[in-house]
Amino acid sequence: MSAFWLFLLVLGIAAVSFVIGRGRAMQSASGDARNLHSLPVYYGANAAIFVIVPSLIVLVVWMLVQPMVVGSRIQASIPDEMVRDGSTIGLMMSDVRRLADGLDLAVAEGVMDEEFASSMRTDLTDVRGRLGDVGVALGSDVSSTILRAAQQLREANAAWYNWRSIVVIALALAGLAYAYSKTHKDFRARNTVEQVTLYLLIAAASIAILTTIGILLSLIFNTLEFFRLYPASEFFFLLEWAPSFSGRGGSSSLGVLPLLWGTFYISLVALAVAVPIGLLSAIYLSEYASPGVRAFAKPLLEVLAGIPTIVYGLFALLTVGPFLVTFFGQDGYLGVNWMGGGTAVMTAGLVMGIMLIPFVSSLSDDIINAVPQAMRDGSLGLGATKSETIKQVVLPAALPGIVGAILLAASRAIGETMIVVLGAGAAARLSMNPFDAMTTVTAKIVSQLTGDSDFASPEALVAFALGMTLFVITLGLNVFALYIVRKYREQYE
Amino acid sequence: MTDASAAPQSSAHSGSLHEVDARTRRRNAQEARFKAYGIGAITIGLVALVILLWAILSNGIPAFQRAVVQIDMTVTQEQFDAAEGTLFKTREYEALFVSALTDELNAAGINADLESDALERLLGKVGGTIRQFYRDNPDQLGQPVQFELAAASRVDRYFKGTLKREDIGPENRFIQPADFDVADAMREAGLMKQVFDWNFITGVDTGVDNPGGAGIGASVLGSFFMMFVVLVLALPIGVAASIYLEEFAPKNRFTDFIEVNISNLAAVPSIVFGILGLAVFIQFMHLPQSAPLVGGLVLTLMTLPTIIISTRASLKAVPPSIRDAALGVGASKMQSVFHHVLPLAAPGILTGTIIGLAQALGETAPLLLIGMVGFVARYPDTFLGGLEGPNSAMPAQIYNWAARSDPVFTEKAWGGIIILLVFLLAMNIIAIILRRRFERRW
Repeated sequence: MSAFWLFLLVLGIAAVSFVIGRGRAMQSASGDARNLHSLPVYYGANAAIFVIVPSLIVLVVWMLVQPMVVGSRIQASIPDEMVRDGSTIGLMMSDVRRLADGLDLAVAEGVMDEEFASSMRTDLTDVRGRLGDVGVALGSDVSSTILRAAQQLREANAAWYNWRSIVVIALALAGLAYAYSKTHKDFRARNTVEQVTLYLLIAAASIAILTTIGILLSLIFNTLEFFRLYPASEFFFLLEWAPSFSGRGGSSSLGVLPLLWGTFYISLVALAVAVPIGLLSAIYLSEYASPGVRAFAKPLLEVLAGIPTIVYGLFALLTVGPFLVTFFGQDGYLGVNWMGGGTAVMTAGLVMGIMLIPFVSSLSDDIINAVPQAMRDGSLGLGATKSETIKQVVLPAALPGIVGAILLAASRAIGETMIVVLGAGAAARLSMNPFDAMTTVTAKIVSQLTGDSDFASPEALVAFALGMTLFVITLGLNVFALYIVRKYREQYE
Repeated sequence: MTDASAAPQSSAHSGSLHEVDARTRRRNAQEARFKAYGIGAITIGLVALVILLWAILSNGIPAFQRAVVQIDMTVTQEQFDAAEGTLFKTREYEALFVSALTDELNAAGINADLESDALERLLGKVGGTIRQFYRDNPDQLGQPVQFELAAASRVDRYFKGTLKREDIGPENRFIQPADFDVADAMREAGLMKQVFDWNFITGVDTGVDNPGGAGIGASVLGSFFMMFVVLVLALPIGVAASIYLEEFAPKNRFTDFIEVNISNLAAVPSIVFGILGLAVFIQFMHLPQSAPLVGGLVLTLMTLPTIIISTRASLKAVPPSIRDAALGVGASKMQSVFHHVLPLAAPGILTGTIIGLAQALGETAPLLLIGMVGFVARYPDTFLGGLEGPNSAMPAQIYNWAARSDPVFTEKAWGGIIILLVFLLAMNIIAIILRRRFERRW
């Protein structure tokens, strides 16, 4: 029985249990709900919980443990000398798993029957061709060892699945029986139900922690794996980024510095666009604009923040890039020939700057509004003009908050992906010319993980090290920015 | 009396106050300049928005149109049988089509002798389409049928004005300058016209050999499946987490740790979530690649902080008197939250959820890492197949088209953006209406 149906069955038993529990409580209260400790629905819910919780916990644990146990047994049964040259036991196991999944699919689609799937042999049947018919693509021809292992895997799994169904259903029924015996009019059903609910709420809140742990673990383990294959000193200090495309290692240079340079250069251009425009708009909107202008301009500026980044990416690639080339490119109006193609630091930076305008302006707007009115009134009362008040009183008071906002914007710019993937180019280089194509950390994460290279090669694993770099930088910027903003807020509260 | 006012200094006003002195003039000019900077900044921002929208609309709207040829033709049973009996069946149908087309052209007064190559340049291979139609609908044999056949992508672009006559050299094997004359004449005669391209909205992605036939329909469905997963997971989890943090959590280190985590996750770059999805869901848990299920899971984790933050704000907005009243008439803490606070906060929660979903809908980068950029040319058969089977999503499909070199795909990418933005606009409008309609001020 598949896990999905088992789950539905458990839910069905729980529904039955709900009705039984509620009925038994009412019966023990001789039909009058006022004699019960809790509302009748709590007795039902309590009975359902007794069925669901233990059986589903066992089901989930079983689903996690079974592949490990069965896999390691099958792995142990493959003799070492059968592992082909250039392959590892791990790669072989993934072939075995894929083949077993393919056989499952073939049986499910009725291409072959169960008996044939578990008894076929490579020398009699074209396994690869037969599975290709159902859409399972196998990389290489199937060796008899792998087929034998896959068949053993399926047999073992089938046996385990049977046991799993039996154990889970037995637990569900036991829960039902236990709930039945416990349900009585004096039983404090509401307290149990609310306790379980509270645990569920805590579990939901903990998902944020689990996500962070998941991010950290997936980055750290793969980064360590990368550093085992590729020297860390070269990653950090090599001035060249040139992965070999064969995926066979050796000749790749994977230095992070050119990528970091591209990232910072593009972010710098973006901030040079976004900070003055965003800050001045925020000042105008909060200090000068009439309510009508504010109600009109503020939402329109914020539309820029709601537009997906893929749209900006396309805008950079197809509109801004060619437009810049007509000015700065070969035969351009300025005749300078600085720009070789549409993709450049300037293209990506300008567009990213536009994207960040509302981000800077709405954050600065909040911060400027938080400066107490009394400070403005004092300055104006002394005869300062409005702009002098803003420049000499409001901005200095808001400065830490604005710095925080700029840091948050910088962290957004560094982590931005789609604009640079489409607009910045693919060549990693260390150049000062803002009209050169450069590439960034995020763009290379995408290109290294979407290619055809094998996941175990340093060319693919480097993406995790790049991700780790990105994560550390953006996290640092965010923590620092939030610290500044929070400290500033307290100042005037 | 002090003598402070006795000796006026030279720098102060010496003349009339109605006369503006140089220093005041300079300060006023500075004030005006500063204000102008502000107006300039806002104007730049708004102009950027207008240019962006203009670029999207002007480049994208042609994607919704398509040049077609409308021809009435009749194939009799004998012709059908004769054609099916030959070796090159589609060529026979093509001949039938050419004769019908020539008749119509002559009737319209156009003298063009169409050899099979020219027809192929204008319309692609039509024989197969016609044969397929009659094989599927044998009852239509002997009756006049109106065929609407898509023109070749270059003719289409010629009509839209994105391909100029002078761009085409005589050695171009896809289209000849003479073909444009035929196309123009056919358009004059009303045989060839531009119609709304429903196929773009409902169709599926195609390979590079048929760029004109590509549609975004299947990836819209993929996006819907992902949004379904996000809604089913992120809404309950987000609400539960917010309820705990806002109503039950004691002030201790564990709670602080959760809070720090949530605010940091909200600022983690989306591509890092893609790495998480790749490492945990695909490499570790062996979930299928390219599946909307995995995409939905990744986007759920990304959307959770947004939903939690907005849900907490709306829970906080419910006044404590509601809780006190509920507790006062004997409700438990849990009952007061679930029976009273939560329903009152529901409109705010819903609004926040819709906005979070809109964010997730436009997210691209994590989808690239879990492989949702493959070329998918079919709709899923079942609901479960839609969740588990490989599919694309709207933004990933747009990226995919943008990365191809054929300008027809570029146009499709802009068109796809219009559809994506229409969805986002609709979601945001719904959120605004909900907020206006149900928001309560206490």
